[in-house]
Amino acid sequence: MNFLADITNALPETILVGFGLSGLLLGAMGGDRISGLLRLLASIALLAASAAAFTQFTRGEAIVAFASTPLAPEGLYRVTMFTLFAKGVTYALAALALFMSGGFLKTAQMERYEYPLLITFASLGAGMMLSANDLMTLYVGIETLSLSSYVLAAFRRDSLKSAEAGLKYFVLGALASGLLLYGSALVYGFSGGTGYAVIAAAPTSVGLTFGLVFLICGLAFKASAAPFHIWTPDVYEGAPSSVVAFFSTAPKIAAVGLLAHVMFTAFGPHQQSWQQIIAIIAALSMLIGAFGALLQNSIKRILAYSSISNVGFALIGIAAGEDLGASAVLVYMTLYVVATLGMFGGVLALRRGGKAIDQVSDLNGLVKSKPGIALGLLILIFSVAGIPPAAGFWGKLQVFTAGIESGMLWLVLVGAVASVVSLGYYLRLIWAMFMKPAGEALDRTDPSVAATVAVSAVIVFPVLTIAIQFLLEIAARATGG
Amino acid sequence: MTGPMILTLTTFLPLAGALLIMAVRIVGGSNLASSASKGISLLTSLATLGVSLLALSQFDQNVAGYQLVDYAPWFGGSSYKLGVDGMAIALVVLTTALMPLCILQSMKSIEDRLGEYMVAFLILEALMIGVFCALDLVLFYVFFEGGLIPMFLIIGVWGGKNRLYAAFKFFLYTLLGSLLLLAALVYMSIVAGTTDVVVLQEGLHPETGALLFPPEVQTWLWLAFFASFAVKLPMWPVHTWLPDAHVEAPTAGSVVLAAVLLKMGGYGFLRFSLPMFPEASLLFQPMMFTLSVIAIVYASLVAFRQTDIKKLVAYSSVAHMGFVTLGIFSFNEAGIQGAIFQMISHGVISGALFFCVGVIYDRMHTREIAFYGGLVHRMPVYAALFMLFSMANVGLPGTSGFVGEILTMVGGFQASTWAAAGAALGVIFSAVYMLTLYRRTVFGEMTNEKLFDIRDVTGLEFVILGLLAISTLGLGVFPGLVFGLTEGSTNEVLRMIGQ
Repeated sequence: MNFLADITNALPETILVGFGLSGLLLGAMGGDRISGLLRLLASIALLAASAAAFTQFTRGEAIVAFASTPLAPEGLYRVTMFTLFAKGVTYALAALALFMSGGFLKTAQMERYEYPLLITFASLGAGMMLSANDLMTLYVGIETLSLSSYVLAAFRRDSLKSAEAGLKYFVLGALASGLLLYGSALVYGFSGGTGYAVIAAAPTSVGLTFGLVFLICGLAFKASAAPFHIWTPDVYEGAPSSVVAFFSTAPKIAAVGLLAHVMFTAFGPHQQSWQQIIAIIAALSMLIGAFGALLQNSIKRILAYSSISNVGFALIGIAAGEDLGASAVLVYMTLYVVATLGMFGGVLALRRGGKAIDQVSDLNGLVKSKPGIALGLLILIFSVAGIPPAAGFWGKLQVFTAGIESGMLWLVLVGAVASVVSLGYYLRLIWAMFMKPAGEALDRTDPSVAATVAVSAVIVFPVLTIAIQFLLEIAARATGG
Repeated sequence: MTGPMILTLTTFLPLAGALLIMAVRIVGGSNLASSASKGISLLTSLATLGVSLLALSQFDQNVAGYQLVDYAPWFGGSSYKLGVDGMAIALVVLTTALMPLCILQSMKSIEDRLGEYMVAFLILEALMIGVFCALDLVLFYVFFEGGLIPMFLIIGVWGGKNRLYAAFKFFLYTLLGSLLLLAALVYMSIVAGTTDVVVLQEGLHPETGALLFPPEVQTWLWLAFFASFAVKLPMWPVHTWLPDAHVEAPTAGSVVLAAVLLKMGGYGFLRFSLPMFPEASLLFQPMMFTLSVIAIVYASLVAFRQTDIKKLVAYSSVAHMGFVTLGIFSFNEAGIQGAIFQMISHGVISGALFFCVGVIYDRMHTREIAFYGGLVHRMPVYAALFMLFSMANVGLPGTSGFVGEILTMVGGFQASTWAAAGAALGVIFSAVYMLTLYRRTVFGEMTNEKLFDIRDVTGLEFVILGLLAISTLGLGVFPGLVFGLTEGSTNEVLRMIGQ
């Protein structure tokens, strides 16, 4: 075993571990006074991890697996082009979500040194679970992410809603973790190993399928896909906005990427067993996400349902199978999280008298008070809704192509219906921003928030609308196409 | 990128104007943007008109197929490909010519947030031109669906009282249709490996030369395209979004909606459905005839019962679009030539009628027919112009409306006597509701006191309506101007459908 080589292969995670641990020391010594500094350093560390992942990606390092055990002779940890791409995007979005949350944390009195460190550890967990080559590593990664997330959701200690969100998330998350473990145990029992390669080589059996179903339930919970989505709106509404901005971007793409990765590698040969399950989960997510948001008044709840619906669209790509759908999943999720980050920038900009506000009616007349943010949100909303010429449309085109190519036209038609229904609430947001008279004046927007909205809007339209070939090529490279 | 670039320039010039206004808005604030936008948008639209006329002059109507093609690779099997045939360039010029008039009208009648309004309008113009120029299905779709966004904003922000309902209905109705089109488009791109319109129209696989879409597949694809174009056109029974959208939209929005956006449906049938799915088109001919006749008769009868002038004109649009589908699906030269002519003529006439409604609406802020009466006593010039456009809408010989209707009926008669007979009934009904409308608003005694000091058309309104009157009469007397241009397109369609 070559320790140094292993460290280099896991360089992005090594950076995060190193920063996380030393950050804890610094925080213990400096206390909340240095939280601003730590936030900056954490953003830099996450960006560095992202850069490291993308450097490995551009060098095109082939599949490397290491840390082998008797149960997983192939190694516990694996670096592939797919995981490198997903990790790179995850870390970059975590960095940006952290970068734009400064002003919010100050006014919400949440400026404590644990915050950036928890984000770092959560991102580390997200990266670990993506790179797992073994159900045990997978579980450790997921728990690292989840435990940090529970604390983050309850980070606003004096808020009842935040505490409730944290508790709800924890209880339901623990249940999902239990399902995941139970599924892993079943899979181990029927395949004789926990490594992905062992599972892939095992013959399909009823027991394995059983375990697989439990695994999918656990993973679908983490990705907030229906029918395991119940926690999402409540947690989104209760948790502090800057935390939700993180939840809905970095861990989201990691969770969907993970689901794709596990299905394609560990259970690739057993595709018959899971394809229909994933397809049904996709259909349910799209419909529940679309209909659920129609009567909501909280922007964060609407965005929660929107994320459920969008995960459903991405799952079309997973259901289509590795050859047809893998790159579509990556393209879809990348475009989605970039736009979502910008949308949460818009939510963070909504403050009145130092207090965060979150009703659709609070958006009223935004075009008059903050025309730049309103225009940016217009573009981002249409991108998330998948309306051309915004780039989100290309994501939809990709997953629809994958769906039809794999013969699941019905799923695509469900997606079409869900698109129209979900437009009902997307248009409501635009209606409030552009067509209602303005309410009371809002606070000044932080430059970091305004910059995030502007940059993500420009990326979504027009940059990626024109240069979509660039993203498609990267995604194809990530999936070995 | 390769090509003469003139179509690219035509398409994106309005966008440049919109960006300029946005820049002024950011630098100078809302008030400066409002005043600057008048000049910028007018100049931009005039420049666009100029460029499109230049493109028309470079267009050689004796050459079959697409001309002035701009090409650049994009992604996968899709490319940025613009090009026009006679039908497309005619519709492009119709769009660019109406735009300065709309902008002139809006300057006077839009009071709130004029800068933003002009931005939305110019973006809409760019997208509409793009729809008629796109020679790649994905590119077409982007323009086609992208146009919903500015129109949604125009109706929603600057519309009437019930604008929320109208804007949502417009958006969701059209979107549902176009998502089915998207699914079909995806399937076609998988089978053919390309979304190039020229390849798909030939219907043969670019590499193997095999038939792309066997008849049973064509049927489904045709229905998916039909869902989109039928909503857009709109055909009975999916026309119900149109009256709402028309009533609530500001005048210029109604003009663009009637004159250009509806034409995308007919254009879509002629550009995609017929050439790409000829067997399915023949199969569905009886259905299309039935729907066309129902649209003509039913919409005319409904128009007769309307109390709102704009709604009446909107239903008359539905009826006139019935003639377009009747002509298209008669699959002969007279029918298709007539359908294209009817689209252009209806663009001018319905645009003019909505401008006419706008004139009195700007003065009285109501569109109730019962409110008006005896306008001829105070507004003689207006009465004369309105008379001309009403007659044109009825299809009086000498106006452009006559040429389109008679040709589509001749074409329809060759294909099905019954369909033509039904359509002829619609001609009579159209005279009934238009003449009734005219009598009740313009003739009679002026009894409503509020009308007593209503003023006749202003200079600007006279110019707008006058130009449209000249176009109506010009096209009615010299229809050959358009026929020469569209003959090539018609023959191509007939060749591809094998008639």
